[in-house]
Amino acid sequence: MNIVVCIKQVPGTTEIKIDPKTNTLVREGVKSVINPFDTYALEEGVRLKERYGGKVTVITMGPPQAEEALRETISLGADEAILLSDRAFAGSDTWATSYVLSKAVAKISNYDIIICGRQTLDGDTGQVGPELSEMLKIPFVSYVSKIEEIIEEIKDKHIKMQRMIEEGHEEIETTLPAIITVVKEINVPRLPALRGSMKAKTAKIPVWNAAEIGVDPDKAGIPGSPTRVVKIFYPKRTHKSEIFRGTVEEQIEKLVERLEKII
Amino acid sequence: MEYFLTEQQKMIKSIARRLAEERIMPVRAELDEKEQFPWELIKDIANADLFRVFIPEQYEGLGEGSFALVLAVEELARACAGVSLTYAADALGAFPILLYASEAQKQKYLPAIASGVRLTAFGLTESSAGSDAGNIKTTAKREGDEYVLNGTKQFITNGGEAEIYTVIALTDPKKGTRGASAFIVEKDTPGFTFGKKEKKLGIRCSATRELVFHNCRVPKENLLGKEGLGFIVTMKTLDSSRPGVGALALGLAQGALEAAVAYSRTRVQFGHPVSAIQAVQHMLANMAMELEAARALVYATAKTIDSGAKSFTEEGAMAKVFATDMAMKVTTDAVQVFGGVGYMRDYPVEKMMRDAKINQIYEGTNQVLRNVIALELLRRKGLRE
Repeated sequence: MNIVVCIKQVPGTTEIKIDPKTNTLVREGVKSVINPFDTYALEEGVRLKERYGGKVTVITMGPPQAEEALRETISLGADEAILLSDRAFAGSDTWATSYVLSKAVAKISNYDIIICGRQTLDGDTGQVGPELSEMLKIPFVSYVSKIEEIIEEIKDKHIKMQRMIEEGHEEIETTLPAIITVVKEINVPRLPALRGSMKAKTAKIPVWNAAEIGVDPDKAGIPGSPTRVVKIFYPKRTHKSEIFRGTVEEQIEKLVERLEKII
Repeated sequence: MEYFLTEQQKMIKSIARRLAEERIMPVRAELDEKEQFPWELIKDIANADLFRVFIPEQYEGLGEGSFALVLAVEELARACAGVSLTYAADALGAFPILLYASEAQKQKYLPAIASGVRLTAFGLTESSAGSDAGNIKTTAKREGDEYVLNGTKQFITNGGEAEIYTVIALTDPKKGTRGASAFIVEKDTPGFTFGKKEKKLGIRCSATRELVFHNCRVPKENLLGKEGLGFIVTMKTLDSSRPGVGALALGLAQGALEAAVAYSRTRVQFGHPVSAIQAVQHMLANMAMELEAARALVYATAKTIDSGAKSFTEEGAMAKVFATDMAMKVTTDAVQVFGGVGYMRDYPVEKMMRDAKINQIYEGTNQVLRNVIALELLRRKGLRE
């Protein structure tokens, strides 16, 4: 099993500050972490390797400092980690990001499954997984909550899994190679171990640029991104409260009256 | 305070801290309440390679020595002293093997200890032999290629859960302490069973149990060192393990101090947080000061051991006594800062105070260790190198 896990480095906080002038996130002074949803993807990849053998390759597109996140994935069981970094990638939206990732995956070429987290903590779109499958023309299953088994037949490999839906779960089977996004219910990620961390410290993290993976600069970065962020703002806080008094019946009556007005 | 940790030591500290915060803290109250041995957490500690830190590299350890062990014990104890003790007592059980085992014995036992697959324990104390360790009654009689053990060990940490026990028994009762020898005894050896499981004031998730030997036959290959070395093995083992007890006290006090500071900033009385009251501030200041002094002493002792010092009996005793007396005081004061709620099980500080007490008692009571310090002090005529 050759497993590719896609991760993103995100600000390690839920208290995001926005620069009102540039409409971008203020990243200074905020520690970066591996996108929490991606930690489940990595853990599932490592578990698949432990079950079926093979290799886990982690990729991320990001600035040079994303190398730190990649090192951490090695301490958590990844065999190899590749950084996709180029000025031409800067400002990519999900579409351009998926394009760059698809080019890197094409270079890796020999893979059975690609695992992503269901979404990122900062962007929150959940688009990269499905877009990547479109570009690679391989099956896609989202919100996977359990991988049951991988069945190897003479002609091809299949994967059986459970996918979370609102009412419960679906049993899904597809051929490999495929791409899946996973939910946090799928596993409890392991903590870093000492020997892995020591290995991670000295591991070589290759950096692939646009030319090396054959990325067309017009399709990456800002030129390749159809998304336009017009404005980012905090919702206005309004402090309006009203206390209903009287007997319980009177209070209910007033409440219903108010609710009817809103509707 | 800057203690100039190496990259490796920083890594050990951060891995132990993350494990403590993410895995131990959420379950510590429940483990305490149920007096449940923390097997799941032991597996986490093993997976994090923390059992490897004090085992030399040639036996699948990381060879990081005493200071690294101290850092790990401290971080684990910051979350739960009972879990940390389980880990530290494993090192205690491993020390006799590290210090006195033959190459063959080391090859046989140390890799399994390093991986955390097999826990260890040290069996010295008996009902008649606490501080007066020389008064043990357990015997080991040589019969052919075997030793036959008879007797009962009391209050053995990790008893019943560990698989590898280092047991001190008399091979020649007439010679007293010079007739004692150390043996490796594996769990499931016929004639070796477990007796009373103790119900304790604190460290309640840690297992404390009797080891019962009734015509228990162990092969002569399980003798550590030579016959008659038992008490030297014991003394050297305890010298090596005492900084670990000091570290456990540091972690406990650190956890209590953090909880007290956080609570004092949120608890409002007389219209302001109690942290604004000078009486409370002075308590917190004393706690922080005494903790840091103890930390400096414990760390310096561990570094002394790692430097290859021949004897560190006095330093080890000082580190243990000073740090554990400090932890008792700091955890008690933490409860005081919390006031009424601090006494309740809804907050973690009452457990810390209960957990602290035993540290002044085990691995040499703080009274008997003061004798040890005084003896060394008088021997060196109070002079310092």
